[in-house]
Amino acid sequence: VCTSRFWFNYRHVANTLSVYRSVKRLGIPDSHIVLMLADDMACNPRNPKPATVFSHKNMELNVYGDDVEVDYRSYEVTVENFLRVLTGRIPPSTPRSKRLLSDDRSNILIYMTGHGGNGFLKFQDSEEITNVELADAFEQMWQKRRYNELLFIIDTCQGASMYERFYSPNIMALASSQVGEDSLSHQPDLGIGVHLMDRYTFYVLEFLEEIHPASQTNMNDLFQVCPKSLCVSTPGHRTDLFQRDPQNVLITDFFGSVRKVEITTETISLDSDSAGFESKFPKDELAIEPLRYAEQLPVAQIIHQKPKQKDWHPPGGFILGLWALIIMVFFKTYGIKHMKHIF
Amino acid sequence: LSDPQCRRALSRLVLRLNTPLCALSYVVGLGWFLALAFPPLAPRTYMSENAMGSTMVEEQFLFGERALSYAREFAGHKKKAGGMPVAWLEKTMWKLGLEVHRQPFARTLPFPDEARERYMVKGTNVYGILRAPRAASTEALVLSVPCSEGHHNNQAVGLMLALASYFRGQIYWAKDIIFLVTEHDLLGTEAWLEAYHDVNVTEVRSSGTLGRAGAIQAAVSLELSSDVVTSFDVAVEGLNGQLPNLDLLNLFHAFCQKNGLLCTIQGKLQRSDWDSLPAYAHSLQTLLLMVLAQGSGHPRGHHGLFLRYRIEAVTLRGINSFRQYKYDMTTVGKTLEGMFRKLNNLLERLHQSYFFYLLPSLSRFVSIGLYMPAFGFLILVLVLK
Repeated sequence: VCTSRFWFNYRHVANTLSVYRSVKRLGIPDSHIVLMLADDMACNPRNPKPATVFSHKNMELNVYGDDVEVDYRSYEVTVENFLRVLTGRIPPSTPRSKRLLSDDRSNILIYMTGHGGNGFLKFQDSEEITNVELADAFEQMWQKRRYNELLFIIDTCQGASMYERFYSPNIMALASSQVGEDSLSHQPDLGIGVHLMDRYTFYVLEFLEEIHPASQTNMNDLFQVCPKSLCVSTPGHRTDLFQRDPQNVLITDFFGSVRKVEITTETISLDSDSAGFESKFPKDELAIEPLRYAEQLPVAQIIHQKPKQKDWHPPGGFILGLWALIIMVFFKTYGIKHMKHIF
Repeated sequence: LSDPQCRRALSRLVLRLNTPLCALSYVVGLGWFLALAFPPLAPRTYMSENAMGSTMVEEQFLFGERALSYAREFAGHKKKAGGMPVAWLEKTMWKLGLEVHRQPFARTLPFPDEARERYMVKGTNVYGILRAPRAASTEALVLSVPCSEGHHNNQAVGLMLALASYFRGQIYWAKDIIFLVTEHDLLGTEAWLEAYHDVNVTEVRSSGTLGRAGAIQAAVSLELSSDVVTSFDVAVEGLNGQLPNLDLLNLFHAFCQKNGLLCTIQGKLQRSDWDSLPAYAHSLQTLLLMVLAQGSGHPRGHHGLFLRYRIEAVTLRGINSFRQYKYDMTTVGKTLEGMFRKLNNLLERLHQSYFFYLLPSLSRFVSIGLYMPAFGFLILVLVLK
């Protein structure tokens, strides 16, 4: 999902398209990708090379290519549409390419980029999505069994604040910068006149270019991408909600579609032992108590939300004004002469 | 203040100290104003518009020679025609691929003019529109050049035509560009603006504009009289002291720095030392010159008339003085190309930066919030009286 429009946000579209390209190269078809781009850079009148979106300067890599399929374009990229796609509450007339048709065995990768702040991500210069909304959307997805495992990557300023509030299981999250840090952009291209990519996604793209469908690289390598020396901001990640060890999670579990082929060398005999078919019915068991959702998931173990330490701030303008009013009225009623008695 | 006793006490105090208070506030006001030229009180300029910031492009303008040849041809035809060579201009612009239109106008002067006909001034404006190749023609930028008597401003027309031929070959324009040549200085510019916006502020009779290009976002008025340029002067004061948005000046300053051009304001060079007394006197002088120019109400360039229609505009003058290092037309063209390319990236009108400011130098400004209290103190004198 790319959430920003206007020509000077070219790099967000290039970020999204480069991840799209990697994911397609590793085997995921367009029918399984929902691509949301908030503005059209390739056909923007200001683009000196129309129909191209470059990610490396000197125009080395055109990530727009010939076969890009954008599902949500321009003004259709809104917070409402995004949440509807995630939760599946879509009007019946929506075409299949705009739906997220996932079930409880699907691994989902969500990549978002744009302008963000502490706890929110800006959509289209007019609205925001907060980290609480996103966490609730993921919980809805979990309760409707819409995902098996979910990888959430975000490349914005203060991106780590977006994954702080997640509480559903099986979510792993990566962000390009911590709270209070800005994500910086990579080199500008002097022919086009804009910054082409953001640093974090640039290095993630370089990392992904090494991955092929059979590679065994795991998530720990992805966490090491873009150290502070290259990225200037500190990328962060969150794995406490994830049940497997990140060491054992392959990159291709999320980024690619891999079908394993095993060649057996021995024959397998299908045994037909019984002439008559003995149906073994399980004995009628007593009705057991139906399990409720709360008991299915060890939620208490999964969420560990510590109350945040709030710093003391001096009272703001309204409180100060209120106190000033009260003091003024006090002195007015009692007269200035009495001040002498007080001081 | 609503308590009558307090009020009486306060008014008695004011009456008693009237003269000293008046003198004090007058001195404070004057002192505040004079202190505005100090570096700490005058912050550096910065680009406020997000769409115009971040990066620059490599300018590729290389038609310096073409500019010179166009200028020579224009000079020849102007001398032959004895005024503005309308037919030649139309033909040249048409050959470059622009949409050419002419606008004849006439104005009865309230006072007789000795040089020309007694009461009536007649002229023609010629303008060519470069349509944006892939965008709807909703917005436009203007490059305006005055056609003056004698040998002035021939080079400006040459550079404008060379820029037009270069711009025509590029595909990244999102706004239309109007190349305008006006006759009779301010009269021609005003006639064109009135006809373009279909208003009738002064009583200029004209045929109306035939070709339109949408709302004009910014305009640059260019005055160049010589082949080589030693410095580039910018004029911002407009009609009745109106000023363009500070971002346009910041844009010009940024490109001056990028191309290494020597840029001046009010005809005065920048000084590199900021803390010394002569530097302070220099910036104070620049500030006061600007105040004087604003106070006179006369626009310092043709851009001044654009400001009334809320079109941000500046006038750039190329000056050839006796200095060692000279810049050729290609460098000047590159600066203008860079400026237009940046203006091309605009999405809205320039509104992020200041509209009311004073400039002690090209890279420093004083906003109205800082200089108004000085006037406030001076007016306080009247109130106290």
